[in-house]
Amino acid sequence: MKRIIFAVMFLALPCLSFGAGGEGYPLKSAPIDPHDKASLQRGAKLFVNYCMGCHSLEHQRYNRMGRDIGLTDEQVKENLIFTGAKVGDTMKNAMPKADAKRWFGVTPPDLTLIARSRGVDYLYTYLQTFYQDPSRPFGVNNAVFPNAGMPHVLWQLQGMQKPIYEVHKDASGHETKVLKDFELVQPGSMSPPEFKEAMADLTNFLAYAGEPIKLERQKIGIWVLLFLVLAFGVFYLLKKEYWKDVH
Amino acid sequence: MANTQGTTGLVGWIDERFPLTKMMREHLTEYYAPKNFNFWYYFGSLALLVLVNQILTGIWLTMNYKPSATEAFASVEYIMRDVDWGWLLRYMHSTGASAFFIVVYLHMFRALIYGSYKKPRELVWIFGMLLFLCLMAEAFMGYLLPWGQMSYWGAQVIINLFSAIPVVGPDLSVWIRGDFVVSDATLNRFFSLHVIAVPLVLLALVVAHIIALHEVGSNNPDGVEIKKVKGPDGKPLDGIPFHPYYTVKDLVGVMAFLIFFAAVIFFMPEMGGYFLEHPNFDPADPLKTPPHIAPVWYFTPFYAILRAVPSFAGTQVWGVLAMGGAIVLLFFLPWLDRSPVKSIRHRGFAFKLVLAAFVIAFLILGYLGALPTTPERTTLAQVCSVVYFAFFFLLPILPAIEKTKPVPERVTEK
Repeated sequence: MKRIIFAVMFLALPCLSFGAGGEGYPLKSAPIDPHDKASLQRGAKLFVNYCMGCHSLEHQRYNRMGRDIGLTDEQVKENLIFTGAKVGDTMKNAMPKADAKRWFGVTPPDLTLIARSRGVDYLYTYLQTFYQDPSRPFGVNNAVFPNAGMPHVLWQLQGMQKPIYEVHKDASGHETKVLKDFELVQPGSMSPPEFKEAMADLTNFLAYAGEPIKLERQKIGIWVLLFLVLAFGVFYLLKKEYWKDVH
Repeated sequence: MANTQGTTGLVGWIDERFPLTKMMREHLTEYYAPKNFNFWYYFGSLALLVLVNQILTGIWLTMNYKPSATEAFASVEYIMRDVDWGWLLRYMHSTGASAFFIVVYLHMFRALIYGSYKKPRELVWIFGMLLFLCLMAEAFMGYLLPWGQMSYWGAQVIINLFSAIPVVGPDLSVWIRGDFVVSDATLNRFFSLHVIAVPLVLLALVVAHIIALHEVGSNNPDGVEIKKVKGPDGKPLDGIPFHPYYTVKDLVGVMAFLIFFAAVIFFMPEMGGYFLEHPNFDPADPLKTPPHIAPVWYFTPFYAILRAVPSFAGTQVWGVLAMGGAIVLLFFLPWLDRSPVKSIRHRGFAFKLVLAAFVIAFLILGYLGALPTTPERTTLAQVCSVVYFAFFFLLPILPAIEKTKPVPERVTEK
């Protein structure tokens, strides 16, 4: 019985999530699949074309990425390296950090581990919720990261959307505006479903970059667990044999 | 040539010069342990296993880690990506830290329910408590090393606690950091303390803990002293040699533990943000305070007590004192618990109630310590803190109202 209580306590631990967030814009669940190499390749392409101007993946090597997402070194060199980097280099960008700080007010962060620090749902939602806001320096704001310093670099793909608010009145008659949804005011080169899928690809890629070993780790883990379960059985029988004479 | 142990050959040669066989007999083959150990008695050997895991993986991590404010974060990612099996070493070490606290908390709980700290085992308990203190220091300093946001700001918050101490506080905290804020100097000294100073003390204390235990013999779930009933051969009737009986039994426990341990390492190394906190994947930024700073789960009960105590007479030192007191009081358990019986099996309802309240308060405090404060949570933390401390003040007076059951001469089950 005590064993069961302990096991339940131990397994229940992850259910108690840290009290993060709260009343912010609800995050969409990111439909990503780390096994889908085509999706990872599309994500990588989006990243080097649209993100890498400002953001780096300074812990991620080009050739490791290629190997893991199913591309040869040649393919990586021809399609994904624009900075003159060697294929064994890490994915740094060319923008000087001091200039970046002057231009954007903040240095664009390195994104190698962004999926691990913010979570994939956050990224997936963030990428889709830029909206028109003339009060901001770049004319856009973001639903999950209010007053983000980043311009809407994907607007040519997504188009431009304007916010739809819902007005809530509390007991004292005080009105609060809650961001509810968006309305596309200027279409982009992608249809909304296409853009959604592209952002899933990009999120998938960033999730990969956060922990390139993940799939291999799980693959090895199954064998390790199988071995341990077997070893447990063997040692259990050994113990039983030795303890036969204890009364 | 014979010696006192009756051994010959190479072992005999050694035994004439070093007590090899003598020690093997005293601590393994002729160390008699009670035969009725149950589930709760696995965690001592498991703590030793985790200690070995931490030392070995730590040695290899040290080969590639750079204790420098500009390189530390990147060197951890280098280990995760470019060092062969580096990711496994790192996850074994980070999961091992949490596993260490899980097995040690369960080990301590065992001592609470079976009265293992009571006469003649007071020193076993004191050495154990010193081990617990060292473990907390080791974990705290180790957590700074990845140089993530939570590493940095967690250390900043905890070291700042020392500045609440009147008069010497501010100077003391600067002395600990080696700087006015947590910086490269702090990282360097924490690295030194984490990889050599504290582990040396830990190992010495483990030896003392085990020698003290083997001098008095192990307690058991019945709280019966097996040395009181010996057979004609002078061996305790309810005792069995540690080796091979408990070595093979502990191996079963080790395998069961490793199944859980490997499941975390290979399938959920972050453990939902509890073993590796999400903000710690952002590199340390001295200019950007995270909105919510939470210590790792094993410190949260004590952190919750710290936050529950309001500032008073213009100083916040009371919270720090309460947090320290919550740990220091544990040292005095052997003398606070005045019941004539050891095990919970023979104690009355009052003790069971008080102990249950203590454990529940500790768990709730642990839960609250990880969350941002709200007025309701602070009130709950205050209630739980009172319950936590009440345990220590009720223990001495419990025997007056508690009806204990008679303790048998012999252990009750095999």
